[in-house]
Amino acid sequence: MEMSPALVLVLTAGALIGCGVYLLLERSLSRIVIGLVLVSNGVNVMYLVMSGRAGGPPLVGTTPTEEMSDPLPQAMVLTAIVISLGLSAFVLAMAYRSWQLHGHDEVQDDLEDRRVADRLAKVGTPDRADEGAADLDVEAAEARDETEETPLPSTSTNQPGLGAVETPARGGDAS
Amino acid sequence: MNTWLVPLPVVIPLVAAGLTLALGGRSRLQGIISAIAITLVVLASGALMYLAHHDGPQVVNVGEWSAPVGISLIADRLSALMLLISAIVLLCVLLYSLAQGLADGNEGAPVAIYHPTYLVLAAGVANAFLTGDLFNLYVGFEILLGASFVLLTLGGTGERIRAGSIYVVVSLLSSVLFLIAIGLVYAATGTLNMAQLAERLGNIDPGMALVLQVMLLLGFLIKAAVFPLSAWLPDSYPTAPAPVTAVFAGLLTKVGVYAILRTQTLMFPEGRLDDVLLVASIVTMLVGIVGAVAQDDLKRLLSFTLVSHIGYMIFGVALANKAGLAAAIFYVAHHITVQTALFLVSGLIERRGGTTSLENLGSLARLAPALGVLFFIPAMNLAGIPPMSGFLGKVGLLQAGAELGTPLAYVGVAAGLLTSLLTLYAIVKAWNKAFWQEAPEPLPETSIPRSMFGPAAALAAVGLAFAVVGGPLSTYTASAATDLQSRTPYVSAVLTNGDRGDGTSDEAADDPTQDPSETESATDDATDGGDDG
Repeated sequence: MEMSPALVLVLTAGALIGCGVYLLLERSLSRIVIGLVLVSNGVNVMYLVMSGRAGGPPLVGTTPTEEMSDPLPQAMVLTAIVISLGLSAFVLAMAYRSWQLHGHDEVQDDLEDRRVADRLAKVGTPDRADEGAADLDVEAAEARDETEETPLPSTSTNQPGLGAVETPARGGDAS
Repeated sequence: MNTWLVPLPVVIPLVAAGLTLALGGRSRLQGIISAIAITLVVLASGALMYLAHHDGPQVVNVGEWSAPVGISLIADRLSALMLLISAIVLLCVLLYSLAQGLADGNEGAPVAIYHPTYLVLAAGVANAFLTGDLFNLYVGFEILLGASFVLLTLGGTGERIRAGSIYVVVSLLSSVLFLIAIGLVYAATGTLNMAQLAERLGNIDPGMALVLQVMLLLGFLIKAAVFPLSAWLPDSYPTAPAPVTAVFAGLLTKVGVYAILRTQTLMFPEGRLDDVLLVASIVTMLVGIVGAVAQDDLKRLLSFTLVSHIGYMIFGVALANKAGLAAAIFYVAHHITVQTALFLVSGLIERRGGTTSLENLGSLARLAPALGVLFFIPAMNLAGIPPMSGFLGKVGLLQAGAELGTPLAYVGVAAGLLTSLLTLYAIVKAWNKAFWQEAPEPLPETSIPRSMFGPAAALAAVGLAFAVVGGPLSTYTASAATDLQSRTPYVSAVLTNGDRGDGTSDEAADDPTQDPSETESATDDATDGGDDG
């Protein structure tokens, strides 16, 4: 069996996976869903590449055995499509729920990151010499939580997690 | 031959999942069905373990398609042990959650979904342990991941959605990596049967084999939460309901460890990445435990110790000598029960104290002494205090490291000792704060239902029992490690006739003397039908 893959398929797979990875790195869950779909479709195309030369339908009696295409990768792609369909639906539902709760569907910060930022904001002094104090305050306020609309007023106590369900704040740092 | 037992741990939970889904409104009946199903799985796994130990690996060719063509399910010593332990853990957690449901009157939680999802999770875990086919392993992973997504975001509260989105995206990414790796493996070798891969991977270009190994390991290392790829775990696990966190902590990462164990021993026995794994395991141990020391929330603290102790298992795998593998298997068995027990107990603490924050907890030793005992035993077990199984497992690993004797192995031994010490420190800190300090504010006046105590106590007892049966168990794990290293029991059990296995498709395939992969599509599709539900 000759094993030089079709260039078009390779390029398609590469482009799909590349775009998918780019979207996966975004914060918005709906973009991540699109990224996931692109990546998994890219992988599916890659399976076509790796299944070797195209051929006739692999049914005994209709195609001579030498001209059959390898059906196993197709079965695997079928499975992968079904799985990625189900899981994309789940991520979409999760994005919708996130939008219901917060008014946006962005992946929020890690709890630990938020705590560290909180602590820095409280102390108010830069830990690292290469960053200005003002920058750090702004950064900490942003990093703490996009869902809290007031960055750091001294009016109320800042309790992370409590403000999460409240008013939908438009994402200030839309990418 | 009792091979009909082999698929039962997968089939029973799936059927029961369907039943419980159909009986959506009647949560009592659902609970009974789930409990019966998981009990049957425990029995089947026990029988399989006995058979695998005495008669060698039990193989079933699904749908009578013989081995490299169809999918085979294999219960050898390793997978039978993993199955049994995970089934016991699943049963205890199920009873715990049933008791919790009864106590809470099933309000506010979509329990109609809980039982089917939990059973699907059980089926996925069992499938991942049993399968002898790489793509079927992927399917098993997806079954358990899909179920875990639902369980983690149960109820859809803000915090769970936040944690869930990170967990889901990371898991999906690791699945995609695994899928790419499977594609590459198939393109390079023309087979996905692990036994046949064991024969063929040695014949392909070493550089290509290395790429395949890296790709496979990358996917599994994310699932097992080994250090550079572990950041998702402590952030996502603690937000789920206590029983869910417990079962995740006990089982999901261990499935990743199991997959690494198989990859490293069966498919890539040359051990070319052992040093990389060794370094990763050392860093995992240290970073994980330092994270745990810094925490002031019990559940998060436990999540970090989980990451850290994954390092022990990977350390054993990376040593790649017989003692190391045996100790790693022993440690996995020990750690599944202990970690799950601890998370269940932390659920009880949360119930009694209203919080898991160590700053707000206190006085529990006076208010709930039984809870204290229940926390103390698995906690000391985790830290590895001498008579307990944690100690036996750690000693085994350290001995194996000393036996290998390379400088890196000694660094690992030192890191293991340090981690053990720091685990003790972290755990004692939690113990002091939750149980002995005066509570800053009086804790709410509640009590824990006895029925929730039982399962947690049972798991803690299982953890203790490992020390009692430590001798036979380490003999068992040693022979499991011998099997893994020699590889022939596994391979020859699957491919009984040289390059093919048992099954009626054998005669059928003789006629069209053609690439046998043709028939596999049918079996593949057949298994697909099962996992959609």
